[in-house]
Amino acid sequence: MEVVVDNKVLEFVADFKKPEASSEVRKQAMAALSGMDFPTTRVEEWKYTRVAKYVKRKYKQVQATVNVEDYTIEGLDAHELVFVNGYFDEAQSTIKDDDAVSIQKIEELNEEYYSDVVDGTEENVFSLINKAYQTGGVSVVVKKNKKAKHPIHLIHVVDGEELIANTRHFVHLESGSKAEVVATFHSKNSTNSFTNVALEGHVESNASLTINKLQTEAKDVLHISNEFFVQDEGSNFLINTITTGGILTRNGLDVIVEGENCHTEMNGAYLGTENQHIDNHTIIDQLYSNCTSSELYKGVMDDKSSGVFNGKVIVRQDAQKIEAYQSNKNILLSKGANVYSKPELEIYADDVRCSHGSTIGELDEEAVYYLRSRGISEANARQLLVAAFIGDVLEKVENEALRAYIDKLFLTDFGWEF
Amino acid sequence: MLTIKNLHASVEEGAEILKGLNLEVKAGEVHAIMGPNGSGKSTLASVLAGKDGYEVTEGSVDFDGADLLDLEAEDRAKEGLFLAFQYPVEIPGVSNVNFLRTAMNEIREYRKEDKLSAKDFLAKVKVASNLVELNDKLSGRSVNVGFSGGEKKRNEIFQMAMLEPKLAILDETDSGLDIDALRIVSEGVNKLRNKDNAIILITHYQRLLEYIQPDFVHVLSDGKIIKTGGKDLALELEERGYDWINEEIAQ
Repeated sequence: MEVVVDNKVLEFVADFKKPEASSEVRKQAMAALSGMDFPTTRVEEWKYTRVAKYVKRKYKQVQATVNVEDYTIEGLDAHELVFVNGYFDEAQSTIKDDDAVSIQKIEELNEEYYSDVVDGTEENVFSLINKAYQTGGVSVVVKKNKKAKHPIHLIHVVDGEELIANTRHFVHLESGSKAEVVATFHSKNSTNSFTNVALEGHVESNASLTINKLQTEAKDVLHISNEFFVQDEGSNFLINTITTGGILTRNGLDVIVEGENCHTEMNGAYLGTENQHIDNHTIIDQLYSNCTSSELYKGVMDDKSSGVFNGKVIVRQDAQKIEAYQSNKNILLSKGANVYSKPELEIYADDVRCSHGSTIGELDEEAVYYLRSRGISEANARQLLVAAFIGDVLEKVENEALRAYIDKLFLTDFGWEF
Repeated sequence: MLTIKNLHASVEEGAEILKGLNLEVKAGEVHAIMGPNGSGKSTLASVLAGKDGYEVTEGSVDFDGADLLDLEAEDRAKEGLFLAFQYPVEIPGVSNVNFLRTAMNEIREYRKEDKLSAKDFLAKVKVASNLVELNDKLSGRSVNVGFSGGEKKRNEIFQMAMLEPKLAILDETDSGLDIDALRIVSEGVNKLRNKDNAIILITHYQRLLEYIQPDFVHVLSDGKIIKTGGKDLALELEERGYDWINEEIAQ
């Protein structure tokens, strides 16, 4: 057993503003932190993702404002909620007329209800830091049997060096409701800054939630997100996670399925260049029978970038007739790039249909030659093949305005056309 | 149009396969290259089209004034060379039509021509797909994915019709085709044939040459062209095999 001599976590948070003590959630999180340490690569869950050098640094909490127009997605027609360095920028935010949706500051979230929903879930040091020291976020409620008239666009910007942005949101879909959340992450002049975000939610019976997450921060930002959702009977949950930014990104996604006839879908596309490290960790915990889940993660890694995929599906003993599919495919574009892929199934029930697969390969050189023999330059031939590879994940983004925005981004950042 | 002189080529770090091949192809001509397995037919096609993995040790290939062997595979295509593959690859996720649009625009840019408008492009797709009776669905699908053997070969000729090459090399395009597909492919090729372009047919069997009449038939054996004749030579080969030629030479 390891003995913690001096507590690095308490050292890390020492300069953070002491939040008001009225919140039980914060108090519990702070208490839990005093007994914790940052994960090392000796911890299985963090074996390939080394955070040591990032957590030795000191980060500041600085409130700021940005011009929302720089981050608006054309044609999305969304409720726009802006968060700069972890603080809610109300002046730049716009909540549209929508009787299906109620948006309030995260402080307004009923702690009793919250604690009840997340009861028994696993926290980690970063989610606890977020919980204890969050500086802003929203609590969204989509009302019973209603469909949100507009997508909810959560715009996160890190503006400045050596900052930490502890943003925290909770999305609550009441039974029978439907909504789409678009979460985008941007940065400017953000050297050595840290986005430590938590997005949690509760999808009640027969409700349907779609989340599209797009992380495009500069390649000098540490990004750790903890996404945690609970699904009730008959509900649908879909998240598409697209990552092109950050020097080190950890997307931690955990869904507990607490009812029958649910569908859970997770898709991810990650594109690494330079020295980027992109880690997708997912858990789907099936507690009840007759549910389906599907996961498709695809990565394209170039230069000296590295990728990690660890997807776990747990099928509990009483959860019969579960169908769970999991697939992770990767293409390495350079000799210096690498990927660690670990799809996992943990099955305790006896009547299930589960499959998982993982591939890591290079572009098909025969296909490259075929395209070149028709007059396409080698660079364009490779681009076409990469776009084709990653394209079926991007197809999962059904929102056309967002899809157009993503296509434009890929064209500007990578010169890839879809 | 194409002048091959004393071409020697080997598999990288391997045996020599082409051992001093000479061939002259002029505009408007159709040449058939026949020969037994392992004579170097496909190697010739690969070397001309610029496939990696072959090393040219001697000789030259002039293509309308350009040193063909000095060009990258894509630039050979841009200069007007086309290879219809014996085994076309499947490329999931890349649509047939989209990749052709990319190719045609690159070729036009290389030749300093204007981009093709979407309307003109689609009109061309329609004409080309009708030519080989490839329905619209197939032309819009991923390249060769889920295509039958015959559809793959028809797709090669469809691409040839789109790209309008000066010189087309058809590598065993007839292999694996049933009689209907053979007729469709051949009729397509015949319609594309004109006084300004040339075609090299690489084939095992005479039956293709009943549909596409060659001006010249060459026999390739052990890396060299050992006999050249008219279309009747193909019939003789079909009847008598290849051995008599070697015997004839020995005498």
